[in-house]
Amino acid sequence: MGRYVLRRLLQLIPVFLGTTFLIYALVWAIPQDPFAGKCGQRPCDPAYIAEMSQKLNLNDPLVIQYLKYLGNLLVGDFGTTFNGVSVGEQIATSWPITLKMGIIALIIEAVIGIVAGVLTGLRKQGFLDNLVLVSTLFLISLPVFVTGFVLRLYLGPQGFDLMDTSVSSDPTFGELILPGFVLGSLSMAYVARLTRTSIVENRRADYVRTAIAKGQPQSRVVGIHLLRNSLIPVITFLGTDLGSLMGGAIVTEGVFNINGIGGLIFRGIQEKEGIMVTGIVTLLVLVYLLMSLIVDLLYAVLDPRIRYE
Amino acid sequence: MEFRTRDGVAKVLNGVSYHVSAGETLAVLGESGSGKSVTAQTIMGILDMPPAFITNGSIKFRGEDLLSQSAEERRQVRGEGIAMIFQDALSALNPVFTIGFQIEEQLKVRRGMSKADARKRAIELLDQVKIPNAKGRVSDYPHQFSGGMRQRAMIAMSLALDPELLIADEPTTALDVTVQAQIMDLLAEIQKERDMGMILITHDLGVVADVADRISVMYAGRIVEHADVYELFRAPGHPYTESLLESLPRVDLRGQELKTIKGLPPSLTNIPPGCPFNPRCPRAFDRCVTEVPAVHNLGMGRTSRCHIAEEVVARG
Repeated sequence: MGRYVLRRLLQLIPVFLGTTFLIYALVWAIPQDPFAGKCGQRPCDPAYIAEMSQKLNLNDPLVIQYLKYLGNLLVGDFGTTFNGVSVGEQIATSWPITLKMGIIALIIEAVIGIVAGVLTGLRKQGFLDNLVLVSTLFLISLPVFVTGFVLRLYLGPQGFDLMDTSVSSDPTFGELILPGFVLGSLSMAYVARLTRTSIVENRRADYVRTAIAKGQPQSRVVGIHLLRNSLIPVITFLGTDLGSLMGGAIVTEGVFNINGIGGLIFRGIQEKEGIMVTGIVTLLVLVYLLMSLIVDLLYAVLDPRIRYE
Repeated sequence: MEFRTRDGVAKVLNGVSYHVSAGETLAVLGESGSGKSVTAQTIMGILDMPPAFITNGSIKFRGEDLLSQSAEERRQVRGEGIAMIFQDALSALNPVFTIGFQIEEQLKVRRGMSKADARKRAIELLDQVKIPNAKGRVSDYPHQFSGGMRQRAMIAMSLALDPELLIADEPTTALDVTVQAQIMDLLAEIQKERDMGMILITHDLGVVADVADRISVMYAGRIVEHADVYELFRAPGHPYTESLLESLPRVDLRGQELKTIKGLPPSLTNIPPGCPFNPRCPRAFDRCVTEVPAVHNLGMGRTSRCHIAEEVVARG
């Protein structure tokens, strides 16, 4: 196991280099003047261009630029934008908010998705089953921004006034529950369906029959024997999903005016702040890679038949 | 006992009746689909209902009718009164829990034993079924055991609550021949030690001959013949049993073509009229097609559902 972890950690290095280089190249190598529109309506001052080009290493070949960027990254320097704002500081304020929202979304999708999946998987073709199938289909086919706007409008003061839907600049967990729900709604539908299929598949398994034949109470037959086996694919999905949740927060953050990573990356793209985009996407790649490593390790814990050596 | 499916109602069991006493082994013999496993699962109460329906009948255990008991009462009987082992121990054991966990679970949940006591008892049980180094292997997972060892572990698990009756549903079918013999010996030994009743479900006549006291032969959801094991092998009382015995490979008939039973067992949604065996029976005559044979009593507890049972058994 220890050797496997080490090997997987070493594998992270080429994957990390490959993905970040790709992002860097895509952002900076596009055949366009990076200073276009940076200085209002008129072209930029040549002195400014020279200074910024020097600062961003724009005169070097792409590979050298990338290596210099990487070097700075390794010492924790994310660089500064054209306006002189530190990317690192921006990320430091936005990152915890998105992470908080991502975790809330993950918890919501896991709890609601698994409960709905188990209930419907055990009782196929009942009222509840149809309800969950239809509502998950609904959630899957609706774009997240629609779900977000609708919920914000109807639950908020302009609608039924059930809760305060506004989110402050330094949001608490409570404020992030609704955005978290919206963010996780799509995955929640997938989790419910995945759990349902998995339960349906396993509930006729021989070991479930054995547990019943042993005279174990129903709660243990389902809660221990059936669930433990059925949740293996679900947990794998949930693990990798944290990465996509954080990357996919752009829309949700836009709908709820949340000052998170998504908003930052969106503004970065709009304002052609390449250095901002590269920095954030690099971080998201890291989250993805780490989560998939954790999932792979968790897999071996959940299913003892899998051994890495 | 019926299965109501989309393809129609399958009369899976019809007039099946047998009894087992303490310390006795009853073998239930039959082809695949003859209803032998369903009978066992009906006794255990582990069939899914629906599609299964018990239209009438009774299952008496310790003098009480299990079918009139509540679900909770029946659950209490499972494991404690009647335990069951299955054909394929690899799929019948939960792959994600250790062997120890699966045995201890019985002791902890059903007997309220402490963790330490349950572990001690689980090791004892594994010892009893002759698993070498039981102490070291108790925390292994099913996939780390060999096929024979897995079935032994399964037996140990079934013995955890000291059942009075053990139903073994083709316990050796998935195993190598040498291992089969070991498992059968183990079952016979344990049964003797504990004076436990055993229902052995099998399609293997060889297995039956070694360990069974009495045999019920099933065909198309009915018991066609019931006899003492010695009597049955000496002189079968039903043409189906006769054909089964003739289809056994024999050393003294080496070089001759092996006899088989022509045709296939009938579909349970469409059992032929009269005697269900008549389309395949070498002795069938016109009455077999029109009239369901009654149970013929052949003396000494032997019965046969054949119009000419007396004639068949006399030939033996």
